[in-house]
Amino acid sequence: MQVLILFLVLAVLTVIGFRLGRSRSVKLVGGDVARLHSLPGYYGFYVALWCGIPALLLVLAWVSLEGPVLTRLILSAVSPELLLDPNGGPISQAHLNLLVNDLRNIASGTVASTANPLVQAAGLQLASYREISFGAMTVVALALALGGAGLALRWVHADFRARNSVEKVIKTFMVLCSLMAILTTVGIILSLLFESYRFFARVPMTEFLFGLQWSPQMAMRADQVGSSGAFGAVPLFAGTLLISLIAMIVAVPVGLLAAIYMAEYAPRKVRSIVKPLLEILAGIPTVVYGFFAALTVAPFFRDSGQLFGLNISSESALAAGVVMGIMIIPYVSSITDDVVTAVPNAMREGSYGLGATKSETIRRVVFPAALPGIVGGVLLAVSRAIGETMIVVMAAGLSANLTANPFEAVTTVTVQVVTLLVGDQEFDSPKTLAAFALGLVLFVVTLALNIVALHVVRKYREQYE
Amino acid sequence: MPEAMETQMTAGTPLLSDTSAVKVAARDVNVFYGEKHAIKGVNLDIKQNEVTAFIGPSGCGKSTFLRSINRMNDTIDICRVTGSIALDGGNVYDRSIDVVQLRARVGMVFQKPNPFPKSIYENVAYGPRIHGLCRHKDELDEVVMGSLERAGLLNEVKDRLDQPGTGLSGGQQQRLCIARAIAVNPEVILMDEPCSALDPIATAKIEELIDELRENFTIVIVTHSMQQAARVSQRTAFFHLGTLIECSDTEQVFTNPIHKLTQGYITGRFG
Ligand SMILES: Nc1ncnc2c1ncn2[C@@H]1O[C@H](COP(=O)(O)OP(=O)(O)O)[C@@H](O)[C@H]1O
Ligand SMILES: [Mg+2]
Repeated sequence: MQVLILFLVLAVLTVIGFRLGRSRSVKLVGGDVARLHSLPGYYGFYVALWCGIPALLLVLAWVSLEGPVLTRLILSAVSPELLLDPNGGPISQAHLNLLVNDLRNIASGTVASTANPLVQAAGLQLASYREISFGAMTVVALALALGGAGLALRWVHADFRARNSVEKVIKTFMVLCSLMAILTTVGIILSLLFESYRFFARVPMTEFLFGLQWSPQMAMRADQVGSSGAFGAVPLFAGTLLISLIAMIVAVPVGLLAAIYMAEYAPRKVRSIVKPLLEILAGIPTVVYGFFAALTVAPFFRDSGQLFGLNISSESALAAGVVMGIMIIPYVSSITDDVVTAVPNAMREGSYGLGATKSETIRRVVFPAALPGIVGGVLLAVSRAIGETMIVVMAAGLSANLTANPFEAVTTVTVQVVTLLVGDQEFDSPKTLAAFALGLVLFVVTLALNIVALHVVRKYREQYE
Repeated sequence: MPEAMETQMTAGTPLLSDTSAVKVAARDVNVFYGEKHAIKGVNLDIKQNEVTAFIGPSGCGKSTFLRSINRMNDTIDICRVTGSIALDGGNVYDRSIDVVQLRARVGMVFQKPNPFPKSIYENVAYGPRIHGLCRHKDELDEVVMGSLERAGLLNEVKDRLDQPGTGLSGGQQQRLCIARAIAVNPEVILMDEPCSALDPIATAKIEELIDELRENFTIVIVTHSMQQAARVSQRTAFFHLGTLIECSDTEQVFTNPIHKLTQGYITGRFG
């Protein structure tokens, strides 16, 4: 709370710094702004940055270091008997943590778990430390802000390259932002790798990659941890492939033809209506597709299967795949539409000029020219299908059947990751760790697909630029 | 539409007296892009086995008129053509005319070389294939080689026929496009500024080629270079703001133009 107020004060100071900087620069040249190296606003920003950033950094550093430092201080100041257990030895780590927690609670004014007067006193002492610390921080931060602004104000003169400095700071800031995204990704990958490594320490990798039996529940029994066959992921891979294949069988032809119609045949009016409609399809939350699949499509398939004497499970791969295919149609069609319209009109004219009809031109010139881009788009769609979770969680079922029959229930990698982690789980049982291994496989596969796809698309783009 | 009716007199000899030598006869041709009147009442004869050059300032309608000869303007929704353009006496805008057949008889070469992203061989084979001109592979081979030969490209590409046509130099690409047009064995070849994207050496080669092709084809070439028109053509038509101002033998147009606008244009006073 107090820190918030401090932030507010700093913000106000920064604004004042901005105004001072700007007006000082204008005054320096007697109002003739053209004589300044940079626009007056840049001088304002320059001063504001010097006012705000050092102080802000200090406050952030201080707040994050304050806790541990003060804890050490208070532990060296408390009466030593608090740190001894009844036998005379130093207290265990767990007890120490408990004590520190008590001290903090007392210091913050919340009730502690003990009423030991020694602890009480120490807690109050911690509270006073905190106050001193905050006071010191406030003083230093304000001094930094004022000092920074003052210095910066003195540096302001007509030839001073304020714009360059400000832009450098902004650039640094942007670099930090992009670093943040990259570091987060790297962190996620590392944790995937690390946890998978722990998994593979218990279940051999060959077992996992080539085993035909998937039943992680069995492995929970103490005598069977890592027992053979329980973590064979092949049925999951097969299920994922089957469902993705069905999805692509639906999405590729429909998406392609829809896109070619829109790009080549549709009158402008139709195009302006149909294209946004298809894009809306891409905006439907996948969970909606999921219950659409589970409640409408799957029963429909089951019932119509009965008509023909087919036994279609109500959690069939077919239903999940078809709905996933519908979901993916817009991806395929929008990329196809892009690459088809990117084929230069000169190609079409050349073909028409030789007496080719529209359909000949599309089949023999436009489509082959667009093919690399289309392949790239389809690969992106495949990686999308493989990683899709919600639809399969709701419609594909949990039984890890190793089958190529689309009428049976199968399960996928993503579904299993979800089921492995749902509920209270020990965090280091092979069962939970298996989720990381599955995640890693998924990651590697989709990454490879994306790299290939982007490479293909880029190569295609170069062709016409 | 009254404006379409008024037919301005064209200076020179736009119509030929020897009607047997006329390959293409345009009569009272008007072209509209929506409301825009791009070609106004043009009457013009194009002579067999000659090169006719269209010159004139940018936007005067040279391309528009050229493209109405093989009905390439059909691909533009808002474009409308009135009047008649007769190819060997038959109006190409007649209902009975199939554009596919028409464009097989009237080939086209564009401003920017536009080979298909296929092999050199496939580029040339494209036309014969879609028109089903060749029954056997050797027949097709013969047509492809012959067309490349006539386009003066065979020697340069004969040992890389399976490589992409887009990998050739600009001038080679344009000659490939000419070979592609020749392969269908058209009667007329329309060329819309075929050299404007090429360097002088490539241009010289194409001009030489055009001169040779004249023997077997009737050629219409749009050019913004008056030297080029003077070098390659036998007759020259000068367009201005959608109107055919003057048309005569090339020699006549460049040495002794009749209309003031033509004089102004060829002496470089405008355009
Ligand atoms: N597709 C089109 N839509 C509308 N107007 C066009 C189109 N093509 C050409 N025009 C117009 O028709 C006129 C003649 O164009 P064009 O035949 O290309 O001239 P040129 O080839 O002589 O430079 C120009 O004013 C141009 O703006
Ligand atoms: Mg033009």
